Amino acid sequence: MSFDWKWEFTWAILPRLLAATLNTLMAAGIGYAIALVVGLALALGQRSGSRALTLALREFIEFVRSTPLVLQIFFIFYVGPQFGITLSPWVSGMLAIGLHYSAYLSEVYRAGIEAVPRGQWEACRALNMSTRDTYRRIVIPQALPASIPGMGNYLVGIFKDTPMLSVIGVAELMQAANSIGSETYRFLEPYTMVGVIFLAISLPVAGLVHLLEARVRRKLGM
Amino acid sequence: MSIWDFLETYGARLANGTLVTCAQFLFASMVAIVAALLAGLGRMSGNWFIRSFSIIYIEIFRGTSLLVQLYWIFYVLPLFGVSLPKFIAGFLSVGLNVGAYGAEIVRGAIRAVPRGQWEAAYALSMSPARRMRRIILPQAFVLMLPPWGNLLIELLKGTALVALIAVADLMFVAKQINGATFLSAQAFGVALVVYFVLARFLITPFMRWLERTMSRRLGRI
Repeated sequence: MSFDWKWEFTWAILPRLLAATLNTLMAAGIGYAIALVVGLALALGQRSGSRALTLALREFIEFVRSTPLVLQIFFIFYVGPQFGITLSPWVSGMLAIGLHYSAYLSEVYRAGIEAVPRGQWEACRALNMSTRDTYRRIVIPQALPASIPGMGNYLVGIFKDTPMLSVIGVAELMQAANSIGSETYRFLEPYTMVGVIFLAISLPVAGLVHLLEARVRRKLGM
Repeated sequence: MSIWDFLETYGARLANGTLVTCAQFLFASMVAIVAALLAGLGRMSGNWFIRSFSIIYIEIFRGTSLLVQLYWIFYVLPLFGVSLPKFIAGFLSVGLNVGAYGAEIVRGAIRAVPRGQWEAAYALSMSPARRMRRIILPQAFVLMLPPWGNLLIELLKGTALVALIAVADLMFVAKQINGATFLSAQAFGVALVVYFVLARFLITPFMRWLERTMSRRLGRI
């Protein structure tokens, strides 16, 4: 086979690819939402004061961060049924990607919380604020802006990792390209268009994150 | 089946897979380091052609997924007459992907070498190549080691994807055992632990050692 790009074929498969792109965006969005919440729990759990819990969470985060996401996806998808819990591809995919990125996001939160000056904590204590109020009203509002750049980078990261969900059959962009390829025996256009779609989304988002970062830095006087 | 029986039966195959993963890791690291140095330096070059070529490489490989790049290099590149064996296509795509991220580290580290060092080299009338090689790069090298430690762990994780083009690495072996026996927890669990051990007990200590050795050589400790 030689190189022959067919435009009619490209236009014919484009609607199908764009529909799958919506699924990809949804997967990234749901995964990110899980990661944001679980990541915060992991970060706050490490500050609970219990040494055993802190140590266990640190080890868990290290483990998740240093093993491949694609293997974690397989693990969650196949191990459930072995113990009688059957998860659909979507549910296990979202769980895997959400958990994976929650480990990264917890580090972002942790750095943000640690960057809040000591004086703020002491002032809260002097004002007799409860721990809950200290976090909710003083610490987290100040830690959040500092964490925005890191959070934005992982949003782009999660988006770029969604193609791995195709390995367990989640109907996202990569999966659509794979099935087009195996139906028509043409791989050039689908795979190339997947790359183009990814570029078209991730480059502007990365640019926006960069702008946001500059703005946050200026506001924080950094 | 207990985990010990499992290891006795499938240990040898998993060990073979681990060796392939290690080989993929080593080759991909070499590709990544060379690509990162070339693109990182190219991005700062005065020649607009080299500069834009480096920027395009960095943006394309950072803007799309590793899996997309892997499939493209393995399935589409042959249509242009470049057929790569799966083993080479595997480490080449992982290396090129990580190299694009590494290029930014290289650039940041070179930028972070104090101005005085550039000026002193200029004052001693060193040629630009000599200045880069003898003064700037050795100092930049120490600065870029810590971020490279993290990036190499990302690279190790990235090599797991080559299983999807049927390179018989650890991930691939785990998948095969899972397919044949449905001992998913054992197969994937052992693979997870092996990846963890490789990352935390080989790559991280090695990078720490390298950081210490290099800073000592430059007289920083």
